[in-house]
Amino acid sequence: MTPLLSLRHVYKAYGDPNDPLHALNDVSFDVQRGEFVCMVGPSGGGKSTLLRLIAGLLHPSAGDILLDGVPLRQPSSRIGIVFQNINLMPWRTVLDNIALPLELSGVGREQRHRVAQELIHLVALDGFAHHYPHQLSGGMQQRAAIARTLAHDPDLLLLDEPFGALDALTRERLNRELLRIHNMRGQTILMITHNIHEAVYLADRVLVLSARPGVLKCDFSIPLPHPSSEDLLTDASYLQWVRRVRGAIDDTAPADLPGPPQDQT
Amino acid sequence: MQTSVPPPVSQPLSVRRLQLIRVALAPLTVLLFLLLWEALVRWQDYPAFILPRPIDVWHKLLLMLADGTLFRHTTATLIEIVGGLVLGLGLATSLGYVLAKSPLLNQILSPYVVALQSFPIIAVAPLLVIWIKASVLRTVIICALTLFFPALVNTIVGIRSVEPELMALMRSLRASRWQIFTRLEIPAALPVLLAGLKVGTTLSVIGAVIREFVGANQGLGFLINLSRGLLDTSLLFVALFTLVLISLGLYGAVSLLEYRLLAWKRVA
Ligand SMILES: Nc1ncnc2c1ncn2[C@@H]1O[C@H](COP(=O)(O)OP(=O)(O)O)[C@@H](O)[C@H]1O
Ligand SMILES: [Mg+2]
Repeated sequence: MTPLLSLRHVYKAYGDPNDPLHALNDVSFDVQRGEFVCMVGPSGGGKSTLLRLIAGLLHPSAGDILLDGVPLRQPSSRIGIVFQNINLMPWRTVLDNIALPLELSGVGREQRHRVAQELIHLVALDGFAHHYPHQLSGGMQQRAAIARTLAHDPDLLLLDEPFGALDALTRERLNRELLRIHNMRGQTILMITHNIHEAVYLADRVLVLSARPGVLKCDFSIPLPHPSSEDLLTDASYLQWVRRVRGAIDDTAPADLPGPPQDQT
Repeated sequence: MQTSVPPPVSQPLSVRRLQLIRVALAPLTVLLFLLLWEALVRWQDYPAFILPRPIDVWHKLLLMLADGTLFRHTTATLIEIVGGLVLGLGLATSLGYVLAKSPLLNQILSPYVVALQSFPIIAVAPLLVIWIKASVLRTVIICALTLFFPALVNTIVGIRSVEPELMALMRSLRASRWQIFTRLEIPAALPVLLAGLKVGTTLSVIGAVIREFVGANQGLGFLINLSRGLLDTSLLFVALFTLVLISLGLYGAVSLLEYRLLAWKRVA
């Protein structure tokens, strides 16, 4: 079966071709339909770059990115991205922010507002449709941003450290909600996080990207039950996985060293 | 599901009362001003050409309203001001948009923009008098020039203030150039653009009047100049007050526009 997303020897360099800054070197991996994949790695390693490549906002210097086996050349309506910083339009109400993708693709006012209302309910923002972003807490704003990304029902949801700016409690709650949405709507998710616990808790797979130039160091399948229960957080095998992923990040050795036995490539 | 209700946007009562007081106070201040004026003339016994009495100015005003001169000169100035605003803002915002979007053009042109910004545009007025025959057009151009650079800089700042991540979002949603312009760039730049419009209207008024001082045959600036020659201070005052009204009116209109367009900022 063709994977939903597949990267084939993707390179990305920024700046002057004579003196390039290599952000990504030879990154290849697949994401299957319905998977929840988290990507961790030191900051500056090219994680955001990778997500922007997949979103079609940047072009790879070399290599191919395939969606359902078809090369991606520009942003696709089948892919939605949630950015690191909350970026709602401050002059639009929550409702109109969430309806924006539909508005841009020409969906009529009534229908897009109906869809937006459903999404508001999905992300538990009922009653805030006509509020402006500055009236919402950071967590609520990011929920609205996620709802907006879901508006045109993308097959692949990309999230770039979506809860990084939020406090730990809000973050945990939003993680659970993200899992709930993932299980309800079956969206494939590729999420960047710098929180290893979060990655192991949420994901079916954890990818580890090295420091710059980013190369894919490890690709762990996490054989823990998902959705995970809260008790899992103290489970020995869970903690072992957290240690293993952390070890892979801390390990500054070249990427071609053999990984742990569970390492899948 | 459709349970959400718009939040109440009511102001606390004290704010409203304060506004009422301010509105009521305005005519009182004017009255007080007129009384002081009258007192000053009586006390100092000024001749009318130094400081006319308010009643003299009032009579002059009625006279000029009756024979239509005030209307003619006021419309002339208004047309020039508004024409200058439209032309100046039109050029400044389009060039500003291009400069904000094109790093190359910006690099080529911005030294000139910076240099010209400090140049008193009004000094080219005599040159325009030589070059352009039509008096109204001349004034429109002067007005446009006076407000051009502030409006240009404001546009560049406004368009540059668009969040890069919002731009990335629009691109990821495959928004067209037009959609990016109308749904993102204009609303994002609006606060700065409106601030520029405010400054622009003031500058346009100044531009029109100063320009009418030289070689014009109509307009409020012309009347001011004329009254100086005739030692007709009442006429001067009528022209001045009309000008103040125009300025206030334009400023009020822009403020109202701002109030309506940026209503979302006040929702607390
Ligand atoms: N637009 C850009 N131009 C030049 N260099 C960039 C650009 N974006 C990112 N970089 C560089 O590429 C590297 C990877 O950045 P990024 O993808 O943001 O990493 P991460 O998200 O893992 O922190 C960093 O060294 C960063 O400075
Ligand atoms: Mg990043």
